[in-house]
Amino acid sequence: MSTTTINTQKVNFNVFRFNADEDYLPYYENYSMDVTSEEVVLDILNRIKWDHDGSFSYRRSCRHGICGTCAIKVNGRVTLACKESMTDMIEIFGNELTIEPLSKKRAIKDMIIDKADFWEKHEAVTPYLDTEIDENPTAENLVTPAQANALDEADLCIQCGACHYACPVVEISDAFMGPAAFAAAYRFEADVRDGNDSRLTDVNQMGSGVWDCVKCFECAEACPKEINPIEKIGKLHNMLFQSGQANSNVATRHAVGFEKSIKRNGVLDEGGLVLYSELAGIVKHVPVALKMFSKGKIVPPWGIIKSDNLDEIQKLVKSSSTAKF
Amino acid sequence: MGKLKYALFTGCTAKQSTPEQMMSTMAVAEKLDIELVELTEASCCGASHLQDYDDFLSLVLNARNIAYAEKHGLTMVTICNTCQLNTAMTKHRLDNNADLKARVNEKLEEVGLVYAGTSKITHFLYAIIDDFGLDKIKKMVVTPLSQFNIAPFYGCHNIRPSELQNETHDTPENSYNPTSLDDLIIACGGNTVDYEQKNKCCGFHAELQAPKVAATLTGNAIAGAMDGNADWMVTPCPLCHLKLDTQTHHASVAVGREVSLPVLHMQQMIGLALGCPPETLGMKHHVTKVDFV
Ligand code: SF4
Ligand code: SF4
Ligand code: SF4
Ligand code: FES
Repeated sequence: MSTTTINTQKVNFNVFRFNADEDYLPYYENYSMDVTSEEVVLDILNRIKWDHDGSFSYRRSCRHGICGTCAIKVNGRVTLACKESMTDMIEIFGNELTIEPLSKKRAIKDMIIDKADFWEKHEAVTPYLDTEIDENPTAENLVTPAQANALDEADLCIQCGACHYACPVVEISDAFMGPAAFAAAYRFEADVRDGNDSRLTDVNQMGSGVWDCVKCFECAEACPKEINPIEKIGKLHNMLFQSGQANSNVATRHAVGFEKSIKRNGVLDEGGLVLYSELAGIVKHVPVALKMFSKGKIVPPWGIIKSDNLDEIQKLVKSSSTAKF
Repeated sequence: MGKLKYALFTGCTAKQSTPEQMMSTMAVAEKLDIELVELTEASCCGASHLQDYDDFLSLVLNARNIAYAEKHGLTMVTICNTCQLNTAMTKHRLDNNADLKARVNEKLEEVGLVYAGTSKITHFLYAIIDDFGLDKIKKMVVTPLSQFNIAPFYGCHNIRPSELQNETHDTPENSYNPTSLDDLIIACGGNTVDYEQKNKCCGFHAELQAPKVAATLTGNAIAGAMDGNADWMVTPCPLCHLKLDTQTHHASVAVGREVSLPVLHMQQMIGLALGCPPETLGMKHHVTKVDFV
């Protein structure tokens, strides 16, 4: 029989405190506690409330990683409080931990935030099966394992908002729908039972569309269900091109421009790519381009060193391409 | 330890917009007695944008690049975070999906190549840490950078997604508290600057479609380093470098304050510490003047 030893460590917690009804500015309260190796972050929140300050507020319900309410930030890292082990947190960050809500600017009381923007964006993508139902079905509506796998676990989302509030574009731009909404859009687009023909184009036209993601992978890192929202955003991009619904804009031309450039040179023609993507919009790049040129940072099209065995690359581009533009 | 030898995938940027990175890579490799065999047959990795357009094509082209490294029987070394991500992602997907690998190889066969999965793919930063060793670098330093506060800027595509990234190197890296670049700065005798944005995004990949978002991210990064009292920044990614070095005007407008710092490629930093002559490190190719050399 194995025995587990429970280690105890002293940890200093800097905890974000704020009450929108009373406080002008948030402040940080310090709590020093002995933490055992079997505790999760939620245990610490409970102990702050039970042992230190009964007014401390946070959301939690299931304690099993299912309700999605308990997401907060520890040292800037989004975590589902009921799932995240304290041992891991101490291993990554040491014994000084800062506990904050998912979004400080949306704080209402301590860890509790106003998640309205998250829910509005989520709702906007029609996050449900949208189809005509036969009221007197004569057969089962069968879904094959392969068809079910196409969802790629996007159906496991618990709407915790961890990815959304980890996304730097959401933080800066209200127009960006965010990783969770896009992952939900993908989840229903990929479902064979869904009959909505306009979701894909709608999503592409909502807010700033699907192209403003900076590809930082913060959402992939944040998601407690390992849904990998950025991968789903990539799949939405692929779906738009494959179905021929990608309209011509600077982002789509930028993506297509890579293929054109690779066909011509194997490598990228960086200047040519910007020109092809921007069209007349190129003028705004002129000042920076001139500075770069003066520092020997711009290679003219005739100066580009093409890949060796370019014929192989050209042959592969021809035989392996699947997308349309 | 025998002489280290790698297949070098330069990517497109080192050959065009950041010539100083190419120069300093070669200068440092020579100093460290590392042999780099340049993969002149390689195509662009797609930079995650070709992936948006045509995922399968991007897999085929990246598998072709890796196949050339395999032909040499060498580990592939990248010098761009985004090249590293896209190449390593291709390897991961093909090595874990026999059906996909077969479909890609069917295409490669048309040009007489095959992807086997035998070459490792690692960024030069991790090759130096894992294979060469920071202790050895430390011993070789002739000009310790001790008078400088240096702000590391890691770049997303070397640290996230962490599961994939940690498959490619031995020294574990935590994306929320990365240490590799800090360790390199310390090995070169410099003082590291700790600031919030060091593991955040520079915004490069949305520069055309979301210029304000991209410029704000760039501005926040430089501002964070400045407020941390940095003399300059250092990065392993040429795309981050382009943002931080050439876009300071847009970044300053976006964040409402003047932001600007010299930004060095990690190769240039190593080169300075090891006594490479500055002209071999290409300092004159920077838009934001490197005023301390
Ligand atoms: S990868 Fe895209 S969607 Fe995900 S967090 Fe970054 S910017 Fe947001
Ligand atoms: S995708 Fe993941 S992180 Fe985002 S809301 Fe759903 S479960 Fe949470
Ligand atoms: S930091 Fe910026 S340029 Fe570097 S890899 Fe990330 S998105 Fe790309
Ligand atoms: S309490 Fe329900 S997910 Fe954490």
